[in-house]
Amino acid sequence: MKKVKTQVDHSNPVISIRGLKKSFEDYAVLRGIDLDLYQGENLVVLGRSGTGKSVLIKIISGLLKPDEGEITVLGHNLAEITEAQLQELRIRIGFSFQNSALYDSMTVRKNLEFPLVRNRKNITRKEINTSVETVLEAVGLSQTINQMPSELSGGQRKRIGIARTLILNPEIMLYDEPTAGLDPITCIEINDLINEVQQRYNTSSIIITHDLTCAKQTGDRIAMLLDGQFQRTGTFEEVFNTNDERVKPFFDYNFIQ
Amino acid sequence: MDTAESTTTVPKKNSKLKQSLINFFTDLYKINQFILRFFREAFLPPFELKEVVRQCFEVGVRSFTLISVTGFIVGVIFTKQSRPSLSEFGATSWLPSLVSIAIMRALAPLVTALIASGKVGSSIGAELGSMRVTEQIDAMEVSGTKPFKFLVCTRVLATTITIPILSTYTALIAIVGGYLNVSQNEGTSWSTFIQQVFEPLTFIDFVASLIKSIVFGFTIGIVGCYQGYNSTKGTEGVGKAANGAVVTAMFLVFIEEVIIVQITSWFR
Repeated sequence: MKKVKTQVDHSNPVISIRGLKKSFEDYAVLRGIDLDLYQGENLVVLGRSGTGKSVLIKIISGLLKPDEGEITVLGHNLAEITEAQLQELRIRIGFSFQNSALYDSMTVRKNLEFPLVRNRKNITRKEINTSVETVLEAVGLSQTINQMPSELSGGQRKRIGIARTLILNPEIMLYDEPTAGLDPITCIEINDLINEVQQRYNTSSIIITHDLTCAKQTGDRIAMLLDGQFQRTGTFEEVFNTNDERVKPFFDYNFIQ
Repeated sequence: MDTAESTTTVPKKNSKLKQSLINFFTDLYKINQFILRFFREAFLPPFELKEVVRQCFEVGVRSFTLISVTGFIVGVIFTKQSRPSLSEFGATSWLPSLVSIAIMRALAPLVTALIASGKVGSSIGAELGSMRVTEQIDAMEVSGTKPFKFLVCTRVLATTITIPILSTYTALIAIVGGYLNVSQNEGTSWSTFIQQVFEPLTFIDFVASLIKSIVFGFTIGIVGCYQGYNSTKGTEGVGKAANGAVVTAMFLVFIEEVIIVQITSWFR
């Protein structure tokens, strides 16, 4: 499935980051990140393992606190909001984890119901069932509704993980290594699903990956994270049409593979 | 050469000791923060009543069989082992009183707590540890749920409520075990036995036993949750969390037993 050219509203950043720094003990992972994610855009953050890609989206979702910098998400400065406001903001952000993070003591149905039941206090059983069926249909896994996460394949787990975030109709999607550990065919299916989510739910997304096929298929814009900073930003061709010795090996390795 | 070696080992030992002390006090501070957070969050709405009830059921079911068997055996063995000493003085008629005092004051709460530390504490540590390392706790947090309230507060409340109930049940089962042994050897009837069982017990015994079980239950829950919730380093961390939950809870249960016995003895 070819990516449809999406309408990106460049006047409306849904996430805005300025001067973000984060260290773990003595190791500076992020050393001054500036970033804007625009309404309707798929932004791919590329980089080697351990360069702080996942740390970046964990900071955006409030799971980690930055050492320095200003982060504005959907108009809220994360440093200035209360815990209750952060909880409400999180409902508007979907987070797809690298290992799917499905609740392994619950069936697929219960996994999908969980965020819904806990965040929509007056929701009826009929509405819950409709929402669960809709998102399962959206990820193409209606038949797995009564299965346990342990009975699902890696690709199915990723899809259910994405479905669980979609059930709250998020405005922003954060994907942490969506194709990690999957076979090439399933990777393409997941990439298609990411594009479909962007179209169908009108989401703005940050996709963390080191898989160039995923970056090429899903990204409207690519940002290359090197040495704790974004070194190159642009379309796929703009980023990789370079002789930069730090960027070129990344491209060569991925496509030789 | 020996002197040079010994002079370098002494500062090394000192720095190790210093680091151990720092780690100990850091852990102590973190545990205190964890307990304070529990009290801050557990009694503020929204209350997770449904999950507390589910966890109470889980804790009860997990330990029920083992506690039934152990409680019965403790009653039988304690009665059997006490008989020779009492019979030397011709005082076997005191057996029911001795059994009831020992079981109510010490054995029932202690045996229940030790079994629950092994069964429930390890299970809580492993469950939360596994949830932590597979990012399930983070997933809960980003989906607008407070994982501390949903996972920790509910489990600690469940153990605090259920362990005293299990302890009372252990006491009853142990007394039944004691009765079977006494009736077999002395031919004492059930009504006489029960009358002799309750005769020496005072109000303080019941209250002390209840308070002890509540403290033990809280300890088992909070230690299991602390170990699991703060678990790191993948699958190795899960194992460490489960192990740490059992060892720490058992150690603390014994220390609390000593303290509570000392306090209650002042009221007798």
